Amino acid sequence: MSGPTVIETMGLSKLYGRSYAVRDLNLTVRPDRITAFLGLNGAGKSTTIRMLLGMIRPSEGSGTVLGRRIDDPLESVALRKDVAYVSEDKRLYNYMTVEQMIRFTNGFFPGWHDDIANALLRRFELPAGRKVRHLSKGMRTKLALLLAIARRPALLILDEPSEGLDPHGVEQLLEALVAHCAEGTSVFFSSHQIEEVERISDQVCVIHQGRLVMDASLDELRESWRRVDVVLPGGAQVEDFQMQGVERVRTRGQQMSVVASGNVDSIVARASESGATAIDVTPVGLREIFLQTIEEN
Amino acid sequence: MLFRLTNSAGQPRYLQLMQQIRHAIESGALSDGDQLPSIRTLAEELVVSPGTIMKAYSELEHEGFITMHHGTGAFVCVSRRARRLGDRVQAARERVDELIGELRDDGLIDAEIRRLFEAGLLSAVRTAGKP
Repeated sequence: MSGPTVIETMGLSKLYGRSYAVRDLNLTVRPDRITAFLGLNGAGKSTTIRMLLGMIRPSEGSGTVLGRRIDDPLESVALRKDVAYVSEDKRLYNYMTVEQMIRFTNGFFPGWHDDIANALLRRFELPAGRKVRHLSKGMRTKLALLLAIARRPALLILDEPSEGLDPHGVEQLLEALVAHCAEGTSVFFSSHQIEEVERISDQVCVIHQGRLVMDASLDELRESWRRVDVVLPGGAQVEDFQMQGVERVRTRGQQMSVVASGNVDSIVARASESGATAIDVTPVGLREIFLQTIEEN
Repeated sequence: MLFRLTNSAGQPRYLQLMQQIRHAIESGALSDGDQLPSIRTLAEELVVSPGTIMKAYSELEHEGFITMHHGTGAFVCVSRRARRLGDRVQAARERVDELIGELRDDGLIDAEIRRLFEAGLLSAVRTAGKP
């Protein structure tokens, strides 16, 4: 892989007992874009993120975040100054008010931007005087996001940021992420919500059972994956369609449905050679691509 | 200007945006000198990655539909010169593609073709530089 990276892992693995939570993960995340880390619950997303931040030690393999080694305790302390992290459990102090929490946090970060904090406070409609203990789950998420973004970090890592947000809250979250990516923050977020991944990401990395099973740009996926629906009056011969790019073939009577990750022109040509009376080519959404990919692996 | 991007179209979003901006220019909804929204503003409005907007803008600039000024933003540009340039680049690209195809048919590998192009450009510079 050429060019700079904000996250890079080589054979990163984490063993719990005898089973791998993360196995031989080679992850490359490039700067100035939004990268989604997509996987089912328990796929290994949080374990990977905790290793990236030096919170748990890898069992095998290594990695760098912003050029610093994740398994070196000194470097990972320095790293946490440049990386902002919004965890699943949103580490906040319950006894503080929203305003106190903001003032407490800004003391740690020289690059803190009051203007950004104030703008987000208004935008997220957070009650400045309310104790963190009395915030709803959605408000806690928004506060954690505010604290992360106001630091203007080089890299923002979020673990399932939309968990517990209502649709309005999800919209505010996504808007905040794209706006701050435009200001020069690279974003890496884990999710199992396909719709939000499909809307805002440039790149999608899919993790399944601890392994990376896909790393692709959304543009490429949109351009290359297609479903080809064919009517073959002579009956469909599945073997004829075992060709490059074909991910799945289903048949029912004279109908055949091919899902392909590329090579669509040749598939269409093969169908018409086989005497197809109707050929219909339609796009395939990320949901289906994702399900197809994890089924294969 | 209102733009609308969909997930269902099997087409990258930067292409969808490019088509909509081109259409707005061709239909007169956007005219010469009009300013397009900033990358951040449009990314936020459409809730898409800023990379998508950036890619659409830079492709449109390449085609001569808009010009980008560092710091001030993107502007619609329907001057004939710019459009002609876009057409010329398009025509040139087709000729280059054709030539590359012929050279490959002759058995040359891409690295050799690239070297020939680079060498050709360098010698053209030297010739042009002579009084």
